[in-house]
Amino acid sequence: MIINHPLLGPCDAQEFVYKGDASLIDRPDGMADGTDAAFYDYAYLRDNPAGEHRELWYHEQGDRSWLVVTRNTVTHEITSVELARDVARSMGRSR
Amino acid sequence: MHDLAPMTPLGASAPRRDTIGPVTITEAPDWALTSVAARLGQEATSQAALEKVMGNPAPGIAGHTSGAIFSAFWIGPHIWMVEAPYATHPDLAAQIKATCADTASVTDQTGAWVRFDLTGDDLPRLMERLCNLDMGKMQAGTARRTVIEHLGCYVIRHADSITIYGPRSSAKSLHHALVTVAKSVF
Amino acid sequence: MRLRTGGQIDRDTTISFRFDGQYYKGHPGDTLASALLANGVRLMGRSFKYHRPRGVLTAGSDEPNALVELRSGGRQEPNTRATVIELFDGLRAEPQNAWPSLKFDALAINDRLSPFLTAGFYYKTFMWPAAFWEKLYEPIIRRAAGLGSITTKPDPDAYDKGFLHCDLLIIGAGPSGLMAALTAGRAGARVILADEDFRMGGRLNAETFAISDMAGSAWAAQAVAELTTLSNVRLMPRTTVFGAFDHGIYGAVERVSDHLPTPQDGKPRQTLWRIYTKRTLLCAGALERPIAFANNDRPGIMTASALRAYVNRWAASPAETVAVFTNNDDGHRTAADLIAKGVKVVALIDTRADAPKPAGTELIAGAQVIDTSGRLGLAGITVKLANGQTRKLAVGALGVSGGWNPNVAMTCHQRGRPAWDDSIAAFIPAGDLPQGMTIAGAAEGQFSTHAALAGGATKAAQALNDLGITTTKPDLPQAEDAPTKITPFWHVRGDKRAWLDFQNDVTVKDVKLAHQEGFRSVEHLKRYTTLGMATDQGKTSNMGGLAVMAELTGQTIAQTGTTMFRPPYTPVAMGVLAGRSTGTDFRPTRLTPSHHWAKEQGAVFVEVGMWLRAQWFPRPGEKTWRESVDREVRATRNSVGVCDVTTLGKIDVQGVDAAEFLNRIYCNAFAKLPVGRVRYGLMLREDGIAYDDGTAARLAEDHFVVTTTTANAVAVYRHMEFARQCLWPDMDVQLISTTEAWAQYAIAGPNARKLLQKIVDPAFDISNDAFPFMACAEITVCNGCPARLFRISFSGELAYELAVPTRYGDALIRRIMAEGAEFDVTPYGTEALGVMRIEKGHAAGNELNGQTTALNLGMGRMVSDKKDSIGAVLSRREGLTMPDALRLVGFRPKNPQTRIPAGAHLLEKGAAMVVANDLGYVTSACYSPTLESYIAIGFLKNGQARMGETLRAASPLTGEDVEIEIVSAHFVDPEGERLRA
Repeated sequence: MIINHPLLGPCDAQEFVYKGDASLIDRPDGMADGTDAAFYDYAYLRDNPAGEHRELWYHEQGDRSWLVVTRNTVTHEITSVELARDVARSMGRSR
Repeated sequence: MHDLAPMTPLGASAPRRDTIGPVTITEAPDWALTSVAARLGQEATSQAALEKVMGNPAPGIAGHTSGAIFSAFWIGPHIWMVEAPYATHPDLAAQIKATCADTASVTDQTGAWVRFDLTGDDLPRLMERLCNLDMGKMQAGTARRTVIEHLGCYVIRHADSITIYGPRSSAKSLHHALVTVAKSVF
Repeated sequence: MRLRTGGQIDRDTTISFRFDGQYYKGHPGDTLASALLANGVRLMGRSFKYHRPRGVLTAGSDEPNALVELRSGGRQEPNTRATVIELFDGLRAEPQNAWPSLKFDALAINDRLSPFLTAGFYYKTFMWPAAFWEKLYEPIIRRAAGLGSITTKPDPDAYDKGFLHCDLLIIGAGPSGLMAALTAGRAGARVILADEDFRMGGRLNAETFAISDMAGSAWAAQAVAELTTLSNVRLMPRTTVFGAFDHGIYGAVERVSDHLPTPQDGKPRQTLWRIYTKRTLLCAGALERPIAFANNDRPGIMTASALRAYVNRWAASPAETVAVFTNNDDGHRTAADLIAKGVKVVALIDTRADAPKPAGTELIAGAQVIDTSGRLGLAGITVKLANGQTRKLAVGALGVSGGWNPNVAMTCHQRGRPAWDDSIAAFIPAGDLPQGMTIAGAAEGQFSTHAALAGGATKAAQALNDLGITTTKPDLPQAEDAPTKITPFWHVRGDKRAWLDFQNDVTVKDVKLAHQEGFRSVEHLKRYTTLGMATDQGKTSNMGGLAVMAELTGQTIAQTGTTMFRPPYTPVAMGVLAGRSTGTDFRPTRLTPSHHWAKEQGAVFVEVGMWLRAQWFPRPGEKTWRESVDREVRATRNSVGVCDVTTLGKIDVQGVDAAEFLNRIYCNAFAKLPVGRVRYGLMLREDGIAYDDGTAARLAEDHFVVTTTTANAVAVYRHMEFARQCLWPDMDVQLISTTEAWAQYAIAGPNARKLLQKIVDPAFDISNDAFPFMACAEITVCNGCPARLFRISFSGELAYELAVPTRYGDALIRRIMAEGAEFDVTPYGTEALGVMRIEKGHAAGNELNGQTTALNLGMGRMVSDKKDSIGAVLSRREGLTMPDALRLVGFRPKNPQTRIPAGAHLLEKGAAMVVANDLGYVTSACYSPTLESYIAIGFLKNGQARMGETLRAASPLTGEDVEIEIVSAHFVDPEGERLRA
């Protein structure tokens, strides 16, 4: 596959390491009350869609950016590639 | 001056040079390297500080800029690798840190890499057997990280040569790959 | 026989080769198949199942029959198609599947047993008893079945890999491919033209019709000559594009040296290319399909196009007298070409009653070939005439044409499903084609030469237009533009066996049986009968098989559908997939800074990941590794030892938020670690399981150096980048690996400080007061060499780790050894390192095994609940914190000289060795020279409460069953007095 890196342009997927569902960005607050259930969901529950899927890829043999890649798991069509850091910030993650 | 004798990455006192067909592969241990990563919110100031040291613009994405003494290449968002002759700049990291101060995180990388300089004709024919970079499109002044024989390497395209930085501990494996492929191609 | 003139062979040069023990002569330009036919050899092999005599069916890579074992020794290659082997001087090939000889094959008895060897035979016959499989059926079947035999010798050849980039990849250099390459090449686009043949031109080399005013083959040569002058066009003959992968990536194998007796020195036999394309034009042509009729597999019976290819391209005719059997106009071309070359065509048998009248031979219209004769080669055919009468004809060869199938294989490699086209009675490309692929020429069902040329030019222009590259419309040369005229005809009815799949010996009867037994979908048909599952992947057989099935089910072929084609297009040698990554080059090696010195010392090395580390340093007189390791441990504990620990991962962590970042990465607290101090840190996975451990040294308020285990260095760095970029994107923290930048040595033992004081520059006070346990500093050594010193200990001794820039690592170890001579400093390897850490009870990879928690490791209290760190929340789950959770403890055998097997499970005395009685397991075990006893550590349920009890460590694998006492895991210096000395 070819991943169109937002900074470096098209790159072979062989240069990347796959992590999984981009929802892993959305880590619960470990100090919040009753956070156990949220962590259970976070660590174990994933959607497994046949179709569009937002997922995390790491450009290990490149610039070390984590990317959020929107990929169709059936056709492998990639419709969007974003820097995960930007995505995380847009989701309200900060420090 | 201390009295520990340096060893080249290939394990000798003098660098190695191989000429195969039209290509010469030269081990170049005489470079000091340091990474410079901008601190959060200091991207512009750290870049300005770096440019002040270098006397050159800092390279943009996937770029390499070279000057009389200092050169640098882009290795990630707001991270550069700075090169300078080791003989005159053994303390390159300290020197850069002195200028960048708290605007950047500076880490000495001199010992982390083995550098091979490739010169001669037909370098793209050699490179196409080594890595997936498109040398036909890669302009002078471009630096990319890629994989050569399972090793994460930086490949820098100069006007008439190519520099490869590979992990120092695997210098022997990388050298073997370069020489084997050169013999296979030429 | 060789025709007196013609052919694209170099008649001035004669080369000799050997097949089946006989020597023959051929010419450059020949294939093995053409050279054998020219020498009058039609019998080339035996079939897979029935061991029937077989010759060539085709003249290309779709060949199912003429499989040979090529070369000998380590280069022996089975199942090589004689039709694509380029002849070279000294070539040696053997037939396969024949014993004792090709002409008399004992297993041809299978042919007589054929009524029993029908589809599903194995499934039905060898159901039971199970033991018979291993002892009886399988050995017999293995001897009888299989295609060829592989060598067990190592492959002496080298294989290469490479990467190519282009605007337009053109697959196939026939008329459409060449015209496309000319169009795109002249426009300046980056073009790759790949063809599996050694001579570009495709069917143009096998046909006689003209392009413009020259022979098709001459036009092809002229086109190739022009393309050669274009620097933007890369011509790749002998290159098979074998797979279309995602997003325009193609795999191709270039046979660099297969046309030579052996590769030239240093050159690869083959190269595997990964081709990155923007657009791809498939010009793979079409493949002719046979018609099934009784005994249609005798040597001498081949596709009509193959027959004329042999005559036209190679001036080789399989016989002096031939006939042609066809259902379409193209078969008439074969008859005409052969007649023009002086081959006697006794009859043209056309299934169509209204067939056009040929010149120079007798037309038998509305007729069918119903049987053949000839034991080892075709001698005659029986024709059923339109009026129902039969007629026998004596012929040595028969060309059969059932029509042409567009070569759609590559269009299916993603999700494409070909669609049926009635006008040519064949499947054409349809559905989801690989990204960026278009098709031209016969591959899309355009069978005339004119249409191929026009299609190549138009499709190339369209593809480049998509990329913004302007092309000039080329002047199309004149070429034949005959329409396709075909009346579908798949098989001749009859009781005798009529072959569909020649390689897997599947007949029309087998398809009927599959239908009768309910295996009616094409996918079931394929798997039940093995139709199309041989090495040729059914290129000549799938169509016939599913046409017969369609007829049986009363459906149309369109309704019946077709199976998918998958990569590789033709078989690919395993060696070329491995490339250069074989033997000692399987993966790169990482050498430590002390490697050369250690080698001089005669060290024994062990692979740890990619690293080569010294395992121990044998001394003269030491007969076993244990003697060396015991000595290294004693010497370290009694005086001082030195060990290269460069391999530990080192990550530089800087930034204003570096301390807070580590606070979240490690389960224990880091925020308040003072500058100049080191702390042990344990990382958890988010599910609460221990992930990795190491130390973090604070060199400045905003600067830490973190170590990881050797094995996890890459993964931990990735994990930290994830946390930095995705979890806390606004923390000011920067990471970079410095593993390789420093040569690092552990110096351990009661004399470690005395030794170091001789090396560390006097300006730096490393006395116990000034530089206590867990101190760190940036210092200089040997008169000003920059260095880092960490007072950390893995052995439990007074110990330091000293790091200098890697280039000085070799000099430093030599200096340490020289300065340490007065203390008898002893280098130690990974074995002694391991023994000492077990003696000290330090957890390592065996304990951090992906199943254990901080609590299990005895570090439960380290997990801070005053901060949010990765894994902390889930580590507190009820299931991981049960009162009887596993705890890390030590074990001593009742008899100190009895080994405790690592991996053994813990049981009460007298308890049966069953899972229900399992109390835990031994993770690390060794002989302790310090305690003069075998010892071990491991996990025991509620272990902390069972000190002093006696249990058993039992290993069902080795049969060992040892009585052990439960003790603290800290065998040596449990109070830590030595390391603080």
